[in-house]
Amino acid sequence: MTSTIILVLAVFGATCVEAVEALTLVVASGTTRGWRSALEGAASALVLLVVLVAAIGVPLVHYVPIDVLRVVIGGLLLVLGLGWLRKSILRASGHKALHDEDLIYANTVAELGSGDSAPRKARDAIGFTIAFKGVLLEGTEVLLIVLSLGASSHRLGLAAASAGAAAILVTAVGIIVARQLREVPENTMKLAVGVMLTSFGVFWVGEGSGFHWPGKDLAILVLIALFVAVTYGSIRYLRLILPNPSGSAAPVESVESH
Amino acid sequence: MVSPKQLVVAFGRFWWEFLIGENPDAFVGAVVIIAAALLLRHERDAAIVVVPVLAVVALVGSAYRGRKRGTGKRMAPREATPTEPGPS
Repeated sequence: MTSTIILVLAVFGATCVEAVEALTLVVASGTTRGWRSALEGAASALVLLVVLVAAIGVPLVHYVPIDVLRVVIGGLLLVLGLGWLRKSILRASGHKALHDEDLIYANTVAELGSGDSAPRKARDAIGFTIAFKGVLLEGTEVLLIVLSLGASSHRLGLAAASAGAAAILVTAVGIIVARQLREVPENTMKLAVGVMLTSFGVFWVGEGSGFHWPGKDLAILVLIALFVAVTYGSIRYLRLILPNPSGSAAPVESVESH
Repeated sequence: MVSPKQLVVAFGRFWWEFLIGENPDAFVGAVVIIAAALLLRHERDAAIVVVPVLAVVALVGSAYRGRKRGTGKRMAPREATPTEPGPS
């Protein structure tokens, strides 16, 4: 029960983070190159992602020994979780620029707007490609998290439903707030999801290796508490050792790899 | 037309970027943690301590190595400022 709740929260949170990033590119593409191509590109990528979940996820669950699956998936979750946590810690402590969706939006609009003008209602290859790639690339990370958490706990359907609900929520909110995506506390969400992914990773590596955690699923809560404390301590310490504490306003980065 | 070789290269590049990319520490940390878990699978009492501790070491070490060095500009945490919404 505990692991089910955390699984839903982790998938939901991760999908929210990635969906905000994908939505930025879709909205930028739609407003500059026309909505038809942007929406078709986004929808095509979503269909491809759903096909991939069914094509890879179902065989994973049925044909790969569960312990092997858990070790491999635990490792994958650790790589993802440790990477997200590291980035979030560095951003929260001021050692790395924050991710600014507004700036990414403005840059993408400027880039797309400088090209040939496209008929707003006709199909446009550039608009389609930008939206398709944005959704596919961000969605791939969600896909890996859905497959990892869903397959290792035999709850693939629940994980996929959680991701779908998050994508729908972000899309609905995105339509309402349109260009105010920077209001989303992305780093905090990334940090929370990073803690959950890392905790799940450690838990599954242990279970898959053959030793069982005391308290079974409750051990995940202990691991979460441990990583929250370590993350908090790391942020506090790294803030103290900033090289130039009298510096000025916060520069933000425009585009970066996730 | 995309050749099979290009597809393989693109596939390999995707996984390289995904697993190693700009932060190889996480990949190395995960490999070490898995190795330790497998080695200690018959020593449960040791494993339940060593495996989480290794994950903590990997996280702290990676974050510390990624800190800004020198005297560059400070990048203030946006979410921590009181004028902006969202928890810090």
